[in-house]
Amino acid sequence: MTEVRPRIRLPRSASAGDSIVVKTLINHDMESGQRRNSAGETIPRQIINRFTCEFGGVMVIDAALEPAISANPYLEFEAVVPASGEFVFTWYDDNGEVYTATEAFEVS
Amino acid sequence: MLTRRDTLAIGLGASAVAMLPAAVLADAVDDAIAAFTGGAEMADAGVTITAPEIAENGNTVPISVDAPGATEITLIATGNPTPNVGKFTFGPGAGASMVATRIRLGRTQDVMAIAKLADGSYASTRVEVKVTIGGCGG
Amino acid sequence: MQHLKPAKSFALTAAALVALTGVAMADPDPTAELVIDGELHLVTRAPSDAITPNLPERYSGWLFRESDTRAMQMDDFENPAMLAAEAGADLWTTADGTAGQSCQDCHGDAEDSMAGVRAGMPHLNADGVLWSMEDYVNNCRTERMGAEAWRWSGDEMTSMTSFISLQSRGMPVSVQIDGDAAPYWEQGRDMYYTRYGQLELSCASCHEESYGLMIRADHLSQGQINGFPTYRLKNAGIVSIHNRFRGCIRDTRAETFAEGSDEFRALELYVASRGTGLSIEGVSVRP
Repeated sequence: MTEVRPRIRLPRSASAGDSIVVKTLINHDMESGQRRNSAGETIPRQIINRFTCEFGGVMVIDAALEPAISANPYLEFEAVVPASGEFVFTWYDDNGEVYTATEAFEVS
Repeated sequence: MLTRRDTLAIGLGASAVAMLPAAVLADAVDDAIAAFTGGAEMADAGVTITAPEIAENGNTVPISVDAPGATEITLIATGNPTPNVGKFTFGPGAGASMVATRIRLGRTQDVMAIAKLADGSYASTRVEVKVTIGGCGG
Repeated sequence: MQHLKPAKSFALTAAALVALTGVAMADPDPTAELVIDGELHLVTRAPSDAITPNLPERYSGWLFRESDTRAMQMDDFENPAMLAAEAGADLWTTADGTAGQSCQDCHGDAEDSMAGVRAGMPHLNADGVLWSMEDYVNNCRTERMGAEAWRWSGDEMTSMTSFISLQSRGMPVSVQIDGDAAPYWEQGRDMYYTRYGQLELSCASCHEESYGLMIRADHLSQGQINGFPTYRLKNAGIVSIHNRFRGCIRDTRAETFAEGSDEFRALELYVASRGTGLSIEGVSVRP
């Protein structure tokens, strides 16, 4: 894939103070740096090395990722939503690029 | 960390793993554990790994780990040439000390999770995941 | 685990090859129900008929997979093939080529115009020539859009075929095999029963005579293609029908036909017909 596209899934609804399941997926080869191309040359490592999720400015999870994470990295975790607010998801690429997705979430 | 990754520039495939002396691999795992715990004792309760007993393909193995009360969890693939898989730090906004992901396993091996609890103590568990050799290379 | 030494395998018949069990495998489940997101029920078992006199029943490859792999296809979020389908959806509306046209400009919303297309593929074109979906896509690109053809198994093509196939998900496989299609179907059938390669295996050796048995540590399926394009965990990417055909023939230790060859189009028609009545699953997940 050329274009990086994050996918986020949040539950349809939740009450204030609930803990909700958050699922994220992003298309990325997670090139391990351990493979060789057809010419026998090592393909340089290029992975998503860090992922963070914040809700309402509060850190939910901060993940340091290694080449053993599969291509198209999938992460599922739980977040507390004390009030309506915004999720901010950030993926850090070895090549220096940073991919961000935001998702508003309303509590009832 | 980078040094180890550089020195162990060996493929994830089962045959490549087989070429690694067992002692080197054990050292790498011990180093990974020590890097997380600083050599502290680890309790053997309070961490749960959910993973397939048999993975149809080692390239994408679904796994989740749950450690109530943990502030950090590290995942270690004890049979991979580079054992570290990921380290997960739970912030004040976390609803549970759990994470699920998909990982690469070079061969049948134990996957280990170590949790750092709020009181600074450690707990760990390990489960075996059998990685099958597929029939059709595609 | 390695019961089969390469030197020995030359001498083995297909039956012996696949009878090598010994690894206790978990749970392919012929009674499992394939329901997407708890809503869309897909047909994974269909009655056989005259097309497949040697099959008592038709089974989707999904039934032969382990529970974790099956589960990954039952949730559109967890199904990594959806990344490709989404990329295809973007390509659908992106103008390309000298005519400045997108797929959408002629075909409108794919949800309407592409529904059922995958279920009838491959299909005779207006000149009576058998074409695969990839041929139709590239014909639009080169003849109408003034754009370059995509590679058969390149990211753009597999994204587009994933997106188009998704519009037929849940529809039964139903390909034309009579009339002008009959010679292609017969060519495909002949290929299906031809033994290829140093291992002298035909498609039927594995997928008709031996499905359900093991090939090394894998369960052999019926080789149905209703799930294609498929996200293969091994490749961490989308695999096209012809790419899988090529892999199978290579595994017999033969020189393979090319993706997009007339041979593979004919074989695609015949193999598609063997899955008549199964739901289109595209985009599926396989190990």
